[in-house]
Amino acid sequence: MSTTKVKKMLFILSKATIENVYAAFIMANGARMEGIEAEIFFTFFGLEAVQKKKLNNLHVATVGNPAMHIPTMVGGLPGMEAIATKMMKKEMEKLDMPPVDEFLEILSASGVKLWGCKLAIDMFHLEEKDLIDDMDGILTIGDFYNRADQDGTQMLFV
Amino acid sequence: METQENALKVDRNQEGYLTDFSQWNKDVGEQIAQEEGIEMTPRHWEVINWIQEQVKADKALSIRGIKKSGVLDIKEFYALFPGGPLKISTKIAGVPKPKSCI
Repeated sequence: MSTTKVKKMLFILSKATIENVYAAFIMANGARMEGIEAEIFFTFFGLEAVQKKKLNNLHVATVGNPAMHIPTMVGGLPGMEAIATKMMKKEMEKLDMPPVDEFLEILSASGVKLWGCKLAIDMFHLEEKDLIDDMDGILTIGDFYNRADQDGTQMLFV
Repeated sequence: METQENALKVDRNQEGYLTDFSQWNKDVGEQIAQEEGIEMTPRHWEVINWIQEQVKADKALSIRGIKKSGVLDIKEFYALFPGGPLKISTKIAGVPKPKSCI
């Protein structure tokens, strides 16, 4: 088992932009690779990453993202997000980074627990069948806090 | 006793990885597995052999690569080498620790 002081990493994913989703996925998977437990709580827009119909169509944010180094007005033009996303996906494939659906399979097989946020699911009028089959369940934030109630647990909001 | 002597003679880095694969043999692998609390079965050795072949062929190891390997799936990999399978299996195999993040 893990000899690190960190025993468990809990992630709250609240955004659906590719950079945020991959950050959470890579950190969760990386934790498992080090023998650390990992769980992800999908809430608000983060739920797009586990919706069957949406998960493979996530985008990079081209507006309000200074690191894109393009003027905000240009970033807002039709098609810009699609172009930027295509470019980023190409670069990620070069580094052997899996697409979202395959990444979720890897996470689940690696023992990462995937939870949906009850409040956000109700708010967006989603049902369990809209979410991927690998989900471990739907929790309230209180349930999720209970899962953090042990030594060596860290929680990160993405 | 001889096993232990052999294992002690090999050169290892700070993290416990062999620095020279030519010093590896099954006894060395067995010894490292013991340190990691893993009892080796024929299935473990199949995976170790596969890892060594991949490294010899200069192929990068990753969890995604395990999924695509056709040799074993990720679940089994975690079950065979609990507590960081890529890290532990490469150590037993006497090959360098993979640099992959995925």
